[in-house]
Parts: sequence; structure tokens; C-alpha cells
Amino acid sequence: MDGTYLDQFVALFETFDVPAAFWVNIKLTFFAALLSLVLGTVLAVMRISPLPSLRWAGTTYVNVFRNTPLTIIIVFCVLGLWGQLGVTLAPDFNENFVRLAILGLAVYHAAFVCEALRSGVNTVPVGQAEAARAIGLGFLSTARLIILPQAFRGAVAPLGNTLIALTKNSTVAAAGSVAEASGLMRTMIEFRSDVVIAIFLTFALGFVLLVIPVGLLTTSLSRRLAVAR
Amino acid sequence: MRRRTVGSAAALAALALTLTACGGSDEPAGGATSEETSAGGGESIRIGIKFDQPGLGFKDGDDFTGFDVDMARAIAEKLGYSEDQIEFVESPSAQRENLLQTGQVDMIFATYSITDARKETVAFAGPYFVAGQDLLVAADDDSISGPEDLEGKNLCSVTGSTSAQRIKDEYAAGTNLLEQPSYAECVTALTSGAVDAVTTDDIILAGLAAQPANEGKVKVVGNPFSEENYGVGLPQDNETCEDINTAITELIEDGTWQQILDDNVGASGYEANEELNPPTVEACA
Repeated sequence: MDGTYLDQFVALFETFDVPAAFWVNIKLTFFAALLSLVLGTVLAVMRISPLPSLRWAGTTYVNVFRNTPLTIIIVFCVLGLWGQLGVTLAPDFNENFVRLAILGLAVYHAAFVCEALRSGVNTVPVGQAEAARAIGLGFLSTARLIILPQAFRGAVAPLGNTLIALTKNSTVAAAGSVAEASGLMRTMIEFRSDVVIAIFLTFALGFVLLVIPVGLLTTSLSRRLAVAR
Repeated sequence: MRRRTVGSAAALAALALTLTACGGSDEPAGGATSEETSAGGGESIRIGIKFDQPGLGFKDGDDFTGFDVDMARAIAEKLGYSEDQIEFVESPSAQRENLLQTGQVDMIFATYSITDARKETVAFAGPYFVAGQDLLVAADDDSISGPEDLEGKNLCSVTGSTSAQRIKDEYAAGTNLLEQPSYAECVTALTSGAVDAVTTDDIILAGLAAQPANEGKVKVVGNPFSEENYGVGLPQDNETCEDINTAITELIEDGTWQQILDDNVGASGYEANEELNPPTVEACA
């Protein structure tokens, strides 16, 4: 093991395209975050709705997906949806796995988004919903105009935590044949086992750089957006 | 999950090293090799194997089976260890160097190919087997007889493996590569028809094909296109390399090697490449 640590890092970055692998994680995180936010909001509305059957469906979804390991969901997307059922989300062979992974990540994290939003709903005083009903608003209008806008502002911090978890969990997409950071790390360890510490540091630092801004941003947002009562 | 834990632990350790200005030192933490000489004695020996490679290194309940495991047992016996002194430890590919350097295992039998990059951090005895990269296909598939026939077909391998990389570099034009966490998933994809072939070393494929669940459904093509020298991974400051080499030579000469091979992967009809096997051991560096 000759040369300094710096030389090892330079050699690694020359041989392997580390930024490209991280870019895949950013893409996975971005699209899965959007999709899970939409799905999670729908689930949260279902869970606070007056209809018992909708509440039951929302609760079941959350309990099933929150308690299923993400790896199993991703592997199922590939071996079950694509392998057995022939579900194809993109004409390109590799892009198909990226989209299947986004689907798996979104389905899993929607359960956590739903629970984060429900915690935000708990910050909204009951009087708000009662007042909305008193002026004649139905459930959906109450949720859309009164409850959710306040709930989102109260749920910024837990939503941020979910986003941070999603960023790190995007590495599980390697189990679904997506060439992202953790897959590249395995390749690098296989070929350059002599500089394994430099490899670990590269990926540890990479994720620190990705995740810290999210944490800082959501913390400051959660302070600024909190509804003063 | 475990990978992340190990990763952060290693990162922390590395950080600590750098902070105490010891960076750059590649000394293994503590001289933890427990065994002294070939005489053995009361000490037990920790041997790293794979737990998930049927036919080679496989944990079946409390039993360990496979070619690597039986070779490890036979060699440990020659070194003076009885059956109950052997402790098998799981050694996934990504952790092999780390396990040896930190003294958590005394030797590794885990389809461990001897390469120059690995020799920078660990030592090897052997080789005790020469495998070659090959293809596993459906039993009724006659359209694939080598890597050239993969044009436009779907191929499965394990994420980060040398085999996947070789296919990408040398035969990738027009080959769709599916990367899975382990070969079990690849065989599932193969038997369901999602992929046309699975690639890795022939003996690993033979082990998979010999599994009762897969018997008759898949076959090894038998046209190896690389040379993988399986060695016994050892810490660099070992004193056992010469003795292990002697033991390997003895096992080959008295027929035990062939017996172990037939017992473990013979059921698939696989026969080791005769030009290269049984191998001649290399001198210890």
C-alpha cells in the first residue's frame, strides 16, 4: 500500500465513475420522493377520513408496507413484477429497473410520509375542523383548505427525516439491478480490496454531503413555517 | 443493513487512524493469528467460508457442506486440528480482506480467486482449484454455447462481481445485464424465463445446478472462458502457507481432492477442466 491516502482517492476516482453513481441515487431519491409524497398524502387523507372502510384501507397499507423490509419490496419489483408478470415500465432494459426501483422506494416510503403527515394533522387544533364544518365545508374541502396546509407546515421536520431515510435507502436499489453508489462500492471492493478504507470513506462522505443539506434545510424550514399558536 | 454498519465502523476506524497520525500504516490490528505451527494443539481454528453457495460453502441448519468446506476440513486435519476444533465463520466476498487483516479468521476457503490487487493486503496458499467463468442456462436451451451467443439476450450475475464486469468489458455489446444480490435470485430469474443465462465460475454454477430444487431445470454450458485460481486466503504475516501447500499436494496425490469434488458437485454432471485441474500449488511469497 504505497502512496498517500490522497493518491488512493485520485486513483479510485480515475478508475470508477463515482459522481455518476451518486447521480443515480439523487435521481432515485428525487422521483421516489415526489411519488411517495403524492401517495402518502392520499393515504393520510384516507386515514383521517370519516369513512371507516377508507380508514381501514389506509391503516392496512401503512402497516403492511412499513413492516416489510425494503429489500424484499425491491427484489419483488424485479423478480415478481418484471420476472414473473412481465411488467415493463421503460423500453430500455436498464431504465426499466430504475423505474421499478423508484416504484418500490415510493411505495415503501409513502407509508412513512403518511405517518409524518398524520403527526402534522395532530398539531392542528380540533377547533379548526369544527369551525370548517360549521361554515358548511365537506370533508374533502376541510382537508384540502384547512387541515392539510397547516399539517404540512407542522410536519416539515418528520417529512425531512423521511427524505433523509429515503436518500440512504436508495442504496437498496442495488438489489434491483440499478447501478447506484452501493453497487459501485461493491465493484470497487471486489477490484481494489487493497484500498478498502479509502473506498468506505468515499461513500461515507458522499452520503454525508447529500444528507446534511437536507437536514439543515428542513430544520430551518420547520422553524420558519411552524404555525404560531 | 449489516453492510452499512461495517462500512461506518471501518470509516470510523479509518478516521481514528488518520486523526492519530497513523494513516498509511497497513498493519493488521494486533497479531491475532491464534495458531502457532502445524502442530496445532489445544487451540481452535477459525475458517472463513461462504454460507450461501450450495456445493461450495453452504450452511444447512447446523451443518456445513460443500467443496470448500470439505477441503478446509481435510487441510485443517493435516495441520493437526480435529473436527471439533474448527469454527466456521461466514465471510462474504466484500469482507474477506477485512476478516483476515483484523485476525477474525485464520484462513479463508471461499471461492477466493488469487489476484495481484488482493496480494497487496493478504497472502494466498494454493491454488487448490482452478475454475473458469461459464454460463448456466435452461436445461432445454441449445442456443447458447458461449459468451458470444449472448448478443441481445438477458444475463444475470451478482452485483460487483468480476464476472459481471468481464461480461460488460468484453462481451457486453448487446447483452442486457441483470445484477442481483446473490446467485439464488439469478437462478430464480433464470427458471422463470426472465433471463437467458447466469454467469460466474463454473464450479459455483455446478453447485447451483446440483441443488435438488434446480435439478433437471438448468445446466452448465461447459465452455469456460477465464481462469480463476482459488486460493486459501491467509493473513500476510502467516506461518502456515507452506504447510497448507504441502497438505493440498498430498490431498491431490492420494485422491481425496477428486473424491471431495465428486461428492459435492458431481450430481450436476459437472467435470472440472482437466487441463488445469488438479492444480499445482504456487510457491508461498
